[in-house]
Amino acid sequence: MTAKQISVFLENKPGQLAEFTKLLEKNQINMCALSLADAEDFGILRIIVDDSYKTACVLKDAGYVFSITKVLAVEIPDKPGSLVHMLEMLGENDVNLEYTYAFTIRKADRAYMILRVADNERAIEVLSKNGVKLICQDNLSDLFAD
Amino acid sequence: MPNYYQPEIECASREQIRAWQDERLVNTVRHVYKNVPYYREMMDQKGVSPDDIRSVDDLHKLPFLTKDDLRNAYPYGLLAMPLSDCVRIQSTSGTTGRRVVAFYTQHDIDLWDDCCARAIMAAGGTKDDVVHVSYGYGLFTGGPGLNGGSHKVGSLTLPMSSGNTERQIQFMCDLGSTILCCTPSYAAYLAESIHERGMQDQIKLKAGIFGAEAWSEEMRQDIQNKLGIKAYDIYGLTEISGPGVSFECSDQTGMHINEDHFIAEIIDPNTGEVLPDGEKGELVFTSITKEAFPLLRYRTRDICVLNREPCSCGRTHVKMSKPMGRSDDMLIVKGVNVFPSQIETVLMNKGYPANYQIIVSRENNSDKIEVLVEMTPEMFSDELSRVSAKEKELVDAMKAMLGIYVVVKLVAPKSIARSEGKAVRVVDKRKLY
Repeated sequence: MTAKQISVFLENKPGQLAEFTKLLEKNQINMCALSLADAEDFGILRIIVDDSYKTACVLKDAGYVFSITKVLAVEIPDKPGSLVHMLEMLGENDVNLEYTYAFTIRKADRAYMILRVADNERAIEVLSKNGVKLICQDNLSDLFAD
Repeated sequence: MPNYYQPEIECASREQIRAWQDERLVNTVRHVYKNVPYYREMMDQKGVSPDDIRSVDDLHKLPFLTKDDLRNAYPYGLLAMPLSDCVRIQSTSGTTGRRVVAFYTQHDIDLWDDCCARAIMAAGGTKDDVVHVSYGYGLFTGGPGLNGGSHKVGSLTLPMSSGNTERQIQFMCDLGSTILCCTPSYAAYLAESIHERGMQDQIKLKAGIFGAEAWSEEMRQDIQNKLGIKAYDIYGLTEISGPGVSFECSDQTGMHINEDHFIAEIIDPNTGEVLPDGEKGELVFTSITKEAFPLLRYRTRDICVLNREPCSCGRTHVKMSKPMGRSDDMLIVKGVNVFPSQIETVLMNKGYPANYQIIVSRENNSDKIEVLVEMTPEMFSDELSRVSAKEKELVDAMKAMLGIYVVVKLVAPKSIARSEGKAVRVVDKRKLY
């Protein structure tokens, strides 16, 4: 019940992200979500893509340093208060959030949160018990198919 | 009016200097052959006996000594006197594997202090001066050397050591320091700080003796203007004694080598062949008055030119140019010796491949060292804090290895410039030579 996030090392200088996205374009890879964490001299780009295996192959060939991390993709109603509800659930059950980012899709009134937690199993247990819907990697592309 | 500490030596005739050198060289060779197995073996291997060395003309027959020899012989292998006759140890700023220790008898210290006293008096020092020593004290020879020289001159000595700029300036003002001794980059920093505080009218400095790192003529002008002083260069190395192997006079056109204690040669660093005066090559020293730690034909790796033209100051000892470069890959950053191999060792110790580049620059007359390290999967994580922690680990390890703060910058794999497939390890942006 997890999605595969690809984290990529990028230098903090002009044109790095453009160059990276050009590589995805060339290989027809679609991104569902993107987040960039920046330190003084470098950045860590985190993306969720439709085809993580293909992306990993492309990045390896292009010489990027990257890692693949299992993260949670959580579906919540796209309306005020729904994020609070979900976060409280995790907090009350002692699940610590390392970082998170969001994406939405065109067709439904749904929003999606990517959650990076230390203990995936525990988080899945808590969320499932409370009826929160989790999207796994294989179902991600369905979200975008229309 | 020129100012000498030992005029009869400093202005001796060339014949006299040569006579001292001949006699002292012969004695030193006998001394080390008899007392140091390491030398005996080296000389035997080269088929040269002490009897073959009858004057300076025979110097070229002796084998060279390198930093590797000093390392191999660490700690006591080149000691020429019983330890019970030694009173002091000093050490180079190099670190693990490169550290060199030198031993001194009381007599050695006396002669070293004399050399520094000559430098202080050449810079106009007298017993009425207040000599402010901001070189580091401790294993580093800078502080102890100038401190001893200042005592010999009879000046009032302020053993400030390095750091704590606030206190340095306070003492300088309150106690009326007249001669400042420190690295040129610290002098520039002090000058800057004094101006920031608007205290330039409260200082009484008239001269500075600056060494232990390379500095340009522009930097000299800058320091001289900002502090309203005359800035003198001084040269030395722990292996040979410390600061005061050579020093600058009022002429400011090179440093007089104390030839009654050290014989200088210039060689071709590739062939080892001795080059005539005036040609550029590697500086080689033979110490001829030391008891505990005499070195024969020690290769300094500094590239210099010797000049025997008569000097306006009246001194007759040969002058060496400022070092114009190195014949090895050693860098001197903030007065500290840095070898690229040390950076490599840190990376290897942490389990990373040695893909790095050292960039040295000088901002506001202060050295900055930055090490680019190519990112590897082992170092990488999706969490920023983990990557930053690994970066910090490298900074700490390099600080521990080199003794100075290094900026580590993580860069993309294969991004470090490679020339003909070989990575460029050092980029020195300082225009020192």
